[in-house]
Amino acid sequence: MKYSDIREHLGKFRVGIAGAGGLGSNCAAALARSGVGTVVISDFDIVEELNLDRQYYFADQTGMYKTLALKENIRKINPRINVISHEVSLTPENIPVIYAGCDVIIEAFDEASMKQMLIETVQLALPGIPLIVGSGMAGWGNNDTLRSRKIDDLLYVCGDESTQVSDDLPPLAPRVGIVANMQANLALEILLERKK
Amino acid sequence: MKILINNLKEEFNRDQMTVNEMLEIKKYTFRMRIVKINGVLIPKDGYDSTIIRDGDNVQMLYLMSGG
Repeated sequence: MKYSDIREHLGKFRVGIAGAGGLGSNCAAALARSGVGTVVISDFDIVEELNLDRQYYFADQTGMYKTLALKENIRKINPRINVISHEVSLTPENIPVIYAGCDVIIEAFDEASMKQMLIETVQLALPGIPLIVGSGMAGWGNNDTLRSRKIDDLLYVCGDESTQVSDDLPPLAPRVGIVANMQANLALEILLERKK
Repeated sequence: MKILINNLKEEFNRDQMTVNEMLEIKKYTFRMRIVKINGVLIPKDGYDSTIIRDGDNVQMLYLMSGG
């Protein structure tokens, strides 16, 4: 496949991103640059100054909904990308509605309990949609611990699967960005093997 | 019974067990996890009622805060 064919192919797909923090915002930017046609982003949070340590936002966007700031940033990268945003807190009730019709879903939450809720909901209520989870990216260094693992055709995980964020092990931009880009990379791999 | 846990062969001295029994026997105490048996996700409120049988393929994924 030529590069022009690859971009045309990616333009036909819709990727759902659950959470617009460090993982979600960086993953969305990578998918938009690659030419994925539609991204569906949900988050209830607003951009705060302390988010700028790792998230794909800028100092003049503080106070905005993250989803709307991300929509603005994606439009600057590639105005042809269709961004559907939901300024809501994701729940087992609204996840199946918001992400129905996506070709791949990216789990991009911060809290482990939210990750668990999203994975259980997607796998049970949205059968057939592959889900790419991020788990373990705290701290710095240790490039070689970050990896990608296929659990089965519908569940993949990116990260070290062991480090948890804490005061001593903050979520610094490089490792969070690496995992966000691993998730985007895996999404492209799944989409480029698929006919549409 | 012999099962696979994350692609590794494990042997247990019984015919069957619930997910919670397996977690206890293996001393898997970290609670933020996903369990799939033969590709089917088991929600956390099903760990007491779901039976693991000989030959089953159990996949577990631990969820770390951060993102």
